[in-house]
Amino acid sequence: MNIKEFLDQDQKKDLLRFLTAGSVDDGKSTLIGRLLFDSKKLYEDQLSALKRDSKRVGHAGEEIDYALLLDGLKAEREQGITIDVAYRYFSTAKRKFIIADTPGHEQYTRNMITGGSTANLAVILIDARKGVITQTRRHTFLVSLLGIKHVVLAVNKMDLVDYDEKVFNKIVEDYKEFVTQLDIPDINFIPLSALKGDNVVDVSDKMPWYHGKSLLEFLETVHVSSDRNFSDMRYPVQYVLRPTLDFRGFSAKVASGIIRKGDEVMVLPSRQKSKVKSIVTYDGDLDYAFPPQAVTVTLEDEIDVSRGDMLVHPDNPPTVSRHFEAMLVWMDEEKMDPLTQFYIKQTTHTTRAKVDHIDHKIDVNTLEKHDVDALQLNDIAKVVITTNEPLYFDPYKKNKATGAFILIDPVTHNTSAVGMITGEYKEGKLDLRITSEQKDKIHKGQGLISQDEYVKRYNQKGSTIWISGLHGSGKNELAFSLERKLFDLGATVITLDGKSTRMGLSRELDFSPADRAEHLRRIAHIAKLLNDQGIITICSFASNDENIRNQVAEIIGKDRFHLAYMDADIDYCKKNADDDLYERFEKGEISNIPGLDLEFQKPENAKLVMNPEDMQDNLQKVLDYLSENKIFPAG
Amino acid sequence: MESYSLSNLKELEAESIHIIREVAAEFENPVMLYSIGKDSSVMVRLAEKAFYPGKVPFPLMHIDSKWKFREMIEFRDKYVKEKGWDLIVHYNKKAYEQGVGPFTHGSKVHTDLMKTQALLEALNKYKFDAAFGGARRDEEKSRAKERIYSFRDKYHQWDPKNQRPELWDIYNAKIHKGESIRVFPLSNWTELDIWQYIRLENIPIVPLYFAKERPVVDIDGNLILVDDERMPEEYRKKAVMKKVRFRTLGCYPLTGAIESEADTIEKIVEEMMTVTKSERTTRVIDFDQEASMEQKKREGYF
Repeated sequence: MNIKEFLDQDQKKDLLRFLTAGSVDDGKSTLIGRLLFDSKKLYEDQLSALKRDSKRVGHAGEEIDYALLLDGLKAEREQGITIDVAYRYFSTAKRKFIIADTPGHEQYTRNMITGGSTANLAVILIDARKGVITQTRRHTFLVSLLGIKHVVLAVNKMDLVDYDEKVFNKIVEDYKEFVTQLDIPDINFIPLSALKGDNVVDVSDKMPWYHGKSLLEFLETVHVSSDRNFSDMRYPVQYVLRPTLDFRGFSAKVASGIIRKGDEVMVLPSRQKSKVKSIVTYDGDLDYAFPPQAVTVTLEDEIDVSRGDMLVHPDNPPTVSRHFEAMLVWMDEEKMDPLTQFYIKQTTHTTRAKVDHIDHKIDVNTLEKHDVDALQLNDIAKVVITTNEPLYFDPYKKNKATGAFILIDPVTHNTSAVGMITGEYKEGKLDLRITSEQKDKIHKGQGLISQDEYVKRYNQKGSTIWISGLHGSGKNELAFSLERKLFDLGATVITLDGKSTRMGLSRELDFSPADRAEHLRRIAHIAKLLNDQGIITICSFASNDENIRNQVAEIIGKDRFHLAYMDADIDYCKKNADDDLYERFEKGEISNIPGLDLEFQKPENAKLVMNPEDMQDNLQKVLDYLSENKIFPAG
Repeated sequence: MESYSLSNLKELEAESIHIIREVAAEFENPVMLYSIGKDSSVMVRLAEKAFYPGKVPFPLMHIDSKWKFREMIEFRDKYVKEKGWDLIVHYNKKAYEQGVGPFTHGSKVHTDLMKTQALLEALNKYKFDAAFGGARRDEEKSRAKERIYSFRDKYHQWDPKNQRPELWDIYNAKIHKGESIRVFPLSNWTELDIWQYIRLENIPIVPLYFAKERPVVDIDGNLILVDDERMPEEYRKKAVMKKVRFRTLGCYPLTGAIESEADTIEKIVEEMMTVTKSERTTRVIDFDQEASMEQKKREGYF
């Protein structure tokens, strides 16, 4: 074969992207180094540079340290670990390969997710001496989460267990038992030694009991092109091309399915329909286009299409919804703030999104589900998300290209999380997010709205104006006119007085000192509840007893209790009363009347003292007092 | 029968076109850095493909270190005219007037002032928020870990420890004012892919890539082309004619030639497949210090 024939053949090669997962100790870097080395893509000078480095920081003693070829960044080299995703390239006569080399440490889940997102296949490394360990389970779970359909379990370091078939079989059994819980259609097991080169490129004679392919042979032949979705046409418009007045093209990478010239297509979200007039490329028009081709489509009709819109076949649309469930992987150092309005980017569409609810977090080691309030770096959780504009999506399992999304923090612009849509979330099922802190509060009978929030909403501080005075002193007139005035000024206010409360709340109580005390205890608790919820309460009660008034103040809270005294003597009250209470007392029909047979203890500590003769002035006094003390208005 | 599979090259091409369009759609003021090298030539072709039948909606920019091979500049000027590209040429005027050059100031100072600083100066001057570069991940170790969208702070610095996660083909284009993104649409291409693509697409490249009799001097083990009279006399007088070519192109005093018979793309690939040195070993600047490329990248070099 001459070089031209070689090139002609070589250009037809396809591409396999695969992920390698395993820890430093599993010999992952050695395996990759070996693949690169043995497929003759390690250039001579890279090797000589390697020999120079090995002497200084090498970890493998006399052997060549393949890992040094791979760990690019300085700090990593010193620590001897790979901390990020590194991409490696090699080719054989049959295929080109892109390796996403990702680390095995738990804190770097995000890197494995990153490296795996574009992979068709995952090579998961196991140390034959250790067998299936927590880390293996974690890697396998992440691989299934990413929807990678092919897994190779590479059982490494077989040389250290004397190439023992039983050791290998035990690992295979253990792994199969675990993996049944997950959704990975194609799993293969290969015993190998990366260090010695057994079953990496060539089938080893050290393990005659193994009849399968070497790792490289397997990678060269595994069939992955049918893994794409060719059935549901999704064409997410990326760029509108308008070079001349008579050309209007919509450029996109076909996300899934086949788009053909002449196809009837529907535009989302407008649902307008048209036909594909042409599929344009620099290299000539096409009759059809398939994923992942990047083309430009023109339509028969002049309809409005912009970036973020999607062309689909009318009889096979995706789900169009603002609510969906997804598996979310938290990628940010910062903990999730549940109130954040993220940017969400899905296909070419960007809008805002909020995580409404965390259904559960998944422990990547045990696959157990846990309730959590917020997500931290490397957490994986099932969540419910609501977006501002509807998305056009399919479940990730069915269609990676339309089921994947990223969440971008609106302030830092970090890619805070990435997600895989599991399905639509039906409206009406949406429930309130309740954190454990909030659960505690509810348990204690506290509301979920803070005092500050009330103050902001109502522009007032929940407080009680307690007006004390004899019957007939005019305290009710003051109370109700104050309520009217405050209401007109925009306050949220409730008035409690003797008449209304004794008709219902306290109807079984009489006017004995004991029952009076009980009545005021009830009123005080109501006033407290109202104040707790930000409402100004005006209480108009004779409240003749100093002790009881103090108890009321205790219940309501001294800083919220504001005592006003209507300073009218009994003679004034007798004249001013609009009922026959005092007459009935004179006749001996009733008793226990403050100022007469019950002592009225004049409040010495009243914040406001009112003159019954000048109601206008009284009203102004209270309003001034409320304003000075920033009770109303609060701002 | 319809076929739904793409070759490696066609898949890479589609990926790159998608990236280029995404940048044009999401950034206000992108630019494509054009180094005149083979990778740049491929990248520009991909941009032309991405917007066909329209024109490329952003300018190209060449950071001229003033020490490029003469043939590079000739090539650049010819194709700019022929293709109608919108090309910005920028150089560090102050350093140039001070006479900065590799022979007088050493490769480190020269590269910093005429390449890194010139680039930063231009990015600041035109307020570009995205800049395409033709770097590939297979070129050099520290590049292997770089994202396709590589975030730079307002000082154009790269923080390898704090890169944004990049998944699927969904790129995060959100930046604050003054920050920018370097975009590498050729990230997943290898040197062989580039040559194959040039061959298949008939992409014109600078003739220096092909072997020819040229006057060269051996300086510290590198074969340096005598490109103009700015090379000191002491070197020039030692020049000999050799059949050489260049695997990469940069400043002529900093780019070593290799002896070669390869005067066609096929022969270049053949030579590449059977030999020896990875491409950046002919770049003198890499030997300045350990992990030097990573250091330069942190400081804002591509």
